[in-house]
Amino acid sequence: MALYTDMVMDHFMHPRNVGEIPNADGVGEVGNAKCGDIMKMYLKIKDNVIEDAKFETFGCGSAIASSSMATELIKGKTIDEALAVTNKQVVEALGGLPAYKLHCSVLAEESIKSAVKNYYDRNNIPYDKSKFPDCDDCEACRMV
Amino acid sequence: MLIYADNAATTKMSRTAIDAMLPYMETYYGNPSSLHTVGQQAAEALQKARETAAACLGCQPREITFTSGGSEADNQAIVSAARIGARKGKKHIISTAFEHHAVLHTLKKLENEGYEVQLLDVGPTGTVTAQQVADAIREDTCLVTIMYANNEIGSIMPIPEIGAVCQEKGVLFHTDAVQAAGHLHIDVKAQHIDMLSLSAHKFHGPKGVGLLYARQGIPLTNIIEGGAQERGKRAGTENIAGIVSMAAALKEACDHIDENAVKVSALRDKLIAGLSAIPHAALNGDPVNRLPGNVNFCFEGIEGESILLLLDAKGICASSGSACTSGSLDPSHVLLAIGRPHEVAHGSLRLSLCEWNTEEEVDYMLQVIPEVVAYLRSMSPVWKELVSGKRQFML
Repeated sequence: MALYTDMVMDHFMHPRNVGEIPNADGVGEVGNAKCGDIMKMYLKIKDNVIEDAKFETFGCGSAIASSSMATELIKGKTIDEALAVTNKQVVEALGGLPAYKLHCSVLAEESIKSAVKNYYDRNNIPYDKSKFPDCDDCEACRMV
Repeated sequence: MLIYADNAATTKMSRTAIDAMLPYMETYYGNPSSLHTVGQQAAEALQKARETAAACLGCQPREITFTSGGSEADNQAIVSAARIGARKGKKHIISTAFEHHAVLHTLKKLENEGYEVQLLDVGPTGTVTAQQVADAIREDTCLVTIMYANNEIGSIMPIPEIGAVCQEKGVLFHTDAVQAAGHLHIDVKAQHIDMLSLSAHKFHGPKGVGLLYARQGIPLTNIIEGGAQERGKRAGTENIAGIVSMAAALKEACDHIDENAVKVSALRDKLIAGLSAIPHAALNGDPVNRLPGNVNFCFEGIEGESILLLLDAKGICASSGSACTSGSLDPSHVLLAIGRPHEVAHGSLRLSLCEWNTEEEVDYMLQVIPEVVAYLRSMSPVWKELVSGKRQFML
């Protein structure tokens, strides 16, 4: 389908890192079913490094591909590196997304942040709250 | 294998329709308004096509106006009725919440001009009753416009009964019959229809051509101004090849309407029965009064576009009322109108069949679709919450 790039189709048809991590160190969920997209991100973190990342997504082709790409971009990275991943990087890695699908990449970025925030909260690690999304008023939903 | 199950979106042209149009590109290419022989041959073909189409609908040839398709016909019918109403001080229009956008957006435009539009509730199976229409008609009602059959969920409206109510109350009745023409028996006189729109490409004719039937005596308002074509009601040199082809396709569809309906509805029913076995899935639309080729399901816990992409990869062409296929946040207005919650409406799949689909294709779809649904559910956090009881099933 010409709607999506080959890379998007590859990550949609053969998503990387699908599933749940039992006893994950951080779990984040963004989006809502009413809007048609939910992403759930699981992180295994050791010594400040993301050892493993997995996702579960309810959503369209680009939502699934964006989640898959996001997990690939953060695996093996430090937490700070993972937090620096932007939706733009997800889009670029996917070889582009149609304009009306860009919110899927924003959700992917926010799912990473949401999972890290959950890790911080669990471990009482202090952080700058303003740098993390509030999903009740998240940018992805406003973009559509 | 390529399985085309998106016939409600458009159909493949029939050999009959293609063969009918070729001579009007190669040999009889004249302009019907021209005086010379080549032009007059085209004029003759235009007249014959008008007679053929009229015979299929049970009206007079002069009551047919050829248009660029169903949308233009809908626009012209509604605007014409509105203008007639305004001259008598009548500016109330009755329709339904799940009409095609060609109707809804035209009504919205009229609303902005000061008309009052009342959209009838279509209920959980997606139908309206003649009684609802009778109850809604007021002294100042100038038009009732209700689709013959719904394009997404296939429900067939009680058109003859609605037409009878409108006739009795003296209100103009228009029906968007784009999904019905060539598939259901239409007789505009017997069914009390004042105006009707149809489009050629829904019954194996070409795209870009349709018609508006308007009962004699109903003055039409032009949408396209210009020359005197179509008795001055629709300017522009006629699309002769398209019109001739549409007439041929309509005649062929109407000549085989019963046998096609028997064949296609058997395939439809097999698909519906098979897909009903998928847990937490539900048929959308009227289970009985239903277009022969329409199958529409919601599958809880997954999203429609991803179903379509996976089906496409398996060679199945289908469609969805999912928001993600349209670029807007809201899923299909039709599914919302029949009361499906947003969450559920996102996970819809429409398969629309024609007489060229086969039982083998249905068997293949029944093998592939449950696999695709199960696969997407396996990676859906919503499905996991539903199964674990953290979220309530709606289907």
